Amino acid sequence: MAEASPLLEAAGLALAAGGRVLVRGLDLRPRPGELWAVLGPNGAGKTTLLHVLAGLRRPAAGEVRVGGRPARALPRRRLARLVGLLPQEEEPGLPATALELALLGRLPHRPPWRGETAADLAAARAALAAVGLAGLEERLLATLSGGERRRAALAALLAQDPPVWLLDEPAAHLDLPHQVAVMRLLRARAREGRAVLATLHDPNLAVRWCTHALALMPGGEPLAGPAAEVLTAATLGALYGHPLETARTASGPVFVPRP
Amino acid sequence: MSAARPGARLALVAALAAASLAGALLTGAAGLDAATVARALAGAGDPAAVAIVRELRLPRALAAFAVGGLLGLAGALMQALLRNPLAEPYVLGVSGGASAAALGALLLGLPAAWSAPAAFAGALLTMALVFGLAGGPRATPALLLLTGVAVAMGWGAVVAFLLSLAPAERLPGMLFWLMGDLGHVPAPGPALAVLALGAALALALAPALDALGLGRLRAAVAGVPVAATEAALYVLASLLAAVAVSTAGAVGFVGLLVPHAMRLLGLRRHRWLLPGAALAGGALLAAADTLARGLAAPRELPVGVVTALLGVPVFLVLLRRHGTGHG
Repeated sequence: MAEASPLLEAAGLALAAGGRVLVRGLDLRPRPGELWAVLGPNGAGKTTLLHVLAGLRRPAAGEVRVGGRPARALPRRRLARLVGLLPQEEEPGLPATALELALLGRLPHRPPWRGETAADLAAARAALAAVGLAGLEERLLATLSGGERRRAALAALLAQDPPVWLLDEPAAHLDLPHQVAVMRLLRARAREGRAVLATLHDPNLAVRWCTHALALMPGGEPLAGPAAEVLTAATLGALYGHPLETARTASGPVFVPRP
Repeated sequence: MSAARPGARLALVAALAAASLAGALLTGAAGLDAATVARALAGAGDPAAVAIVRELRLPRALAAFAVGGLLGLAGALMQALLRNPLAEPYVLGVSGGASAAALGALLLGLPAAWSAPAAFAGALLTMALVFGLAGGPRATPALLLLTGVAVAMGWGAVVAFLLSLAPAERLPGMLFWLMGDLGHVPAPGPALAVLALGAALALALAPALDALGLGRLRAAVAGVPVAATEAALYVLASLLAAVAVSTAGAVGFVGLLVPHAMRLLGLRRHRWLLPGAALAGGALLAAADTLARGLAAPRELPVGVVTALLGVPVFLVLLRRHGTGHG
């Protein structure tokens, strides 16, 4: 069924920032059930790619289609019901509580002038509970720790629950158990039928949890495929410009940088 | 969530507004008692009292309330648009343009009735100028803010220039206008109607404003058409400020302090914040005008001075008590 009309489809995509071409000829068709790791060094275009896929900015070339239609032609609200994004960081803004942030995820699901329903509230509270923030609903974001704020933002995406999830560094600012919890959550949602793409800085999180990987190589030619094929010491070494070694463990390979 | 709490607080603000209006009706040189005022308000009793209450005090109290409400509402909208704690209705130059035009009209010796239309025209001109210079519909809040501040400074220089040209006998009137003056408001009807209409439009935007308050990207991700919403916000807030400033002159502080005070009271979400800011702005200005009339009677003080003297300490106390996590 996903084959008939792919929810998210990028064809011949080129990304540029500051007049520099970062990525050329990217074709991507994430399917329900897939959890993609987007890897690349700083400045490789990971955030730009997610914003282009979310219809927030125009690609330098190529096209993003959502549900068969050009993403930029869809009304924002309609697009937000199909594709969700966890931004890399929160912008400075007016004071708000964790619950108020999580509730934003419900905004695209109701008429724009309408206040939230009891169901919206329940979904936002459940989302906060799912990221371990139960009890902190009424806390102002400014009084939360960096990791807690990050999880509150993730709760907004959970409450939005679109078919396509784009996450910009969902593991950043999180301690080890919370990194694992987030990756488990993403894998579970993918298995329930979402297509999930997450930029990650740790190839070991990618190899442990992701089904697929996209490497934004320094030369601009992206490498995409099943995780086992893309995530090798050779590819990662070329990707980061630093040699890596592979250690075999009972639950799969682990990559460590050579000293 | 705790919907009862903001609701109760909004009710408190509404009660404050009612008390402030009642105070305005009860205070005055004629020394009428409460029973007389109540009867006169209903059109009964001594015809002189009826005339004082219904033709002098009520229109003035309602004009003060409307102007304060417009400024509070416009301030809340500007703060959501610019996400800057210093944002207020005049930050983009609207009052500067209105002041320069109104003072120009006074300086030319035009009748006082011309000040309001001149001020409104100056405000609209400034709106168009700032919006155009900042790039029109593609303007970002940061660019709007810088453009508006620069234009406001330009108008400030024009105002100073006009004051330096003014003959001595015209100066007091011009200075009163600059500090805000409710003594010459012809009728509160138009300002009240604009306040009601503006509040209704703003409330329809409330959920989008909640999202926009957390950032443009955040709002876009939540499905808000950011550029269109920002343009609507800019036009609405500027129009409200233009009506306020052309009704009563450049009354300061209300538009800056009132929305912050409402947030500090716990009215953060715009469906509570917007009506709260309108009611509290109206209450503050009606109370300030009552004091402006009464403190140094029979002389009147400029209402803008009283607003600041009244509003600033209250705000600073609120800020010290509840300032955590704000701004």
